Amino acid sequence: MNKIKRAMGIVWILAGIAAGYYLLVSQAIPQFASGKPEDTVPAIIYTFILTPIISGGLLVFGIYALQGEYDEN
Amino acid sequence: MQHDPASTPVVDKKTLWKVIGASSLGTLIEWYDFYIFGSLAIIISTKFFPADNPTAAFLSTLATFAAGFVVRPFGALFFGRLGDMIGRKYTFMVTLLIMGLSTFAIGLIPGYQTIGFFAPLLVLILRLLQGLALGGEYGGAATYVAEYSEPNKRGLRTSWIQTTATFGLFISLIVIMVTKKSMSPEAFGEWGWRVPFLLSSIMVIVSYFIRRNMDESPLFKKAKAAGTTSSNPLKESFGKKYNFKFVLLALFGAAMGQGVVWYTGQFYALSYLQSVCKVDFDQTNYIIGAALLAGTGFFVVFGWLSDKIGRKPVMLAGMLLAIVFYRPIFDQIFQICQQSRAQQALALTDTVQLALPDIGKIIVLAFLLVLFVTMVYGPIAAFLVEMFPVKIRYTSMSLPYHIGNGIFGGLLPAIATYLVTKAQTANQVAVIAGQSISFDKPHLQGLWYPIILASVSFIIGLLYIKNKDLQFQE
Repeated sequence: MNKIKRAMGIVWILAGIAAGYYLLVSQAIPQFASGKPEDTVPAIIYTFILTPIISGGLLVFGIYALQGEYDEN
Repeated sequence: MQHDPASTPVVDKKTLWKVIGASSLGTLIEWYDFYIFGSLAIIISTKFFPADNPTAAFLSTLATFAAGFVVRPFGALFFGRLGDMIGRKYTFMVTLLIMGLSTFAIGLIPGYQTIGFFAPLLVLILRLLQGLALGGEYGGAATYVAEYSEPNKRGLRTSWIQTTATFGLFISLIVIMVTKKSMSPEAFGEWGWRVPFLLSSIMVIVSYFIRRNMDESPLFKKAKAAGTTSSNPLKESFGKKYNFKFVLLALFGAAMGQGVVWYTGQFYALSYLQSVCKVDFDQTNYIIGAALLAGTGFFVVFGWLSDKIGRKPVMLAGMLLAIVFYRPIFDQIFQICQQSRAQQALALTDTVQLALPDIGKIIVLAFLLVLFVTMVYGPIAAFLVEMFPVKIRYTSMSLPYHIGNGIFGGLLPAIATYLVTKAQTANQVAVIAGQSISFDKPHLQGLWYPIILASVSFIIGLLYIKNKDLQFQE
């Protein structure tokens, strides 16, 4: 079980990177670039709220899992 | 330190119910205050956010709604720190007053036509204050009740706090409906919508006086007397790896999935009926109100069950059911509305009035959504308080809860509505261009957001949460 938990750590790290890419590159940057006022609020939320929490959180969680912080013993 | 039953302060049943009652009442009022804004989102958008396009106006309001939610984690940090340093009781007294005053003030703001740009700006500021207050309230109430509870009934006792969010929404819908029925539609649109906001002040005053006479949590008093409270709860909660890893686990393994299941079942269901299915506004409130009323008791049932079989199986079962059944349930709701629309020869953009049997069918489906909510949400307070020791409990449990619910859950209606609109637009473009449509069921596209997040949370919870993490620590 501990091996699975650690191996899944890699999945969470990759998920964090993918989430960061999606939120910043696919969503925030085009919305900032559009210059429309209605796009600015979501772009700010993507960049400063969602990216640190989702991407950063999953990355750290994945690293902890990989290091065995959540192992049974 | 592991839980020692002998050291748990024993209080009599009367005191315990007083604690539960006073905590729940205040929390219920805060939820009521918070929800009337969301429930009146469409009307508020026309008053404070001028726009030619009603969808854009609606999204603007949802964005403001989200601003209220996004700020909640900051309230959790600010008031959580205070609660761990000076006490639970005084902290959630302050949050109650901030919430009450902000709500009352929203009811007094002149519209955009009267004071221009200041109108939406003031609404936004007060909405942010509401979010801050809510961020501090819930963790305090849950911690306070848990620290009074018997060790083997913590799920049951704290589940009463869990009912308040749904009751708050239910009461907000009832107050809005009664206010609407008591006056002409013109009067409601003109000034009547302010009444639910102004009424809040009476409830807050009552709750304030009830809470004022309550005693501080016995475990906090004990820690304070022993000098074991934290001088820097933020640093201890998030600066120490040992605690921070549990904060992350609580967030990704429980609160995230719980948040999206909760907001899908209660808020997106309402938004979906109004914006996607285009059901009559009053009928949507009746439908969701009835489903909430039928389902609310199950918070206590699943809180009690979590004392018997564990928090984890109950919560994960709720997430799994939601993942599997969301698309069939929402599709069925849509089909019922479409059939009714076809029978009345209405266009897709027309508002539909449903017949009674159809209302009954949708209430049953909405009840199932609420049932999933009760499974994930009923035990979550006990789950979170058991993860962290008394000296950093308020801070540590509040943050994952409010990120899970405020951010992952709170943004759900806006994101889901956006996904549906995007899919519908793509289909329209394809039809005009003579191509085959991209989305077979565009009305269900919004559900991918909660389904994916709940799935991630389910896997993390299943793999990483251990029952020994959930032993009450003093």
